[in-house]
Amino acid sequence: MALQTALFWIFSILGIAGGIGLVINRNPVYSALSLILNFFSLAGLYLSLQAEFLAVIQVLVYAGAIMVLFLFVIMLLNLSDEPRVEGFDIARGASFLLAIGFVAEMLIILKDVVLPSSPEKFTYGKVESIGNLLMTNYLFPFEVISVVLVASLIGAIVIAKKFNY
Amino acid sequence: MEIFEPNLYLYLSVSAVMFAIGTLGVLTRRNAIVIFMCVELMLNAVNLTLVTFSRFLDDAAGSMLVFFVMCVAAAEAVVGLAIIIALFRNKRDIDVNNFNLFKW
Repeated sequence: MALQTALFWIFSILGIAGGIGLVINRNPVYSALSLILNFFSLAGLYLSLQAEFLAVIQVLVYAGAIMVLFLFVIMLLNLSDEPRVEGFDIARGASFLLAIGFVAEMLIILKDVVLPSSPEKFTYGKVESIGNLLMTNYLFPFEVISVVLVASLIGAIVIAKKFNY
Repeated sequence: MEIFEPNLYLYLSVSAVMFAIGTLGVLTRRNAIVIFMCVELMLNAVNLTLVTFSRFLDDAAGSMLVFFVMCVAAAEAVVGLAIIIALFRNKRDIDVNNFNLFKW
């Protein structure tokens, strides 16, 4: 139990630090690397919630595939650092207020969340149960997702390709 | 040490903080790719909420929804990056202040 507590705090602090690093870094490559840190810590948090399958998928799909794509595009475009905003910006101040207000609001509201019971074991974290559900209850969404993926594949080619008419 | 034990409230708070950081990034940054990455961060924060509720209710729906959100996020990332490349080809820059065609 002590180990789980320690892991929760380590991963949540690392995750929030990764998020902050994403926002404050001027260089997009550093931002992307901070986001990878955030994704890995989220995978750790999923593990502490006994959702093993989602933790593995998080590392493989997000930290692996999607972030490699992001880094690839950042390096392809060879962007320079974002220039610093001089002085006080009213929109920026309003954004900070909005974010802090949102956090305060959520912290107050979430205090009242009471669930009927909190089971000791999580039944649906394993690949076996998720695979079973994908082939039975969630078969239709599972098939629709393949159509979405093909559509996005074709769409990406059409948008990014240079056509010579 | 009882108060340091991870519970529902702590997980949801971490998720809320991550979501707020993502919102802040979307609102304050001007690099289109960074804005896009902040949207991914917000998606992941919501995923954490879904997994937490799925775990604490021992219900499959949250986990399945996270699975589908990840698939859609992958599709969305591909199309979004293609759009960014198309934008870059037009203006040689992806600062969102340069793209105000729809602004009136």
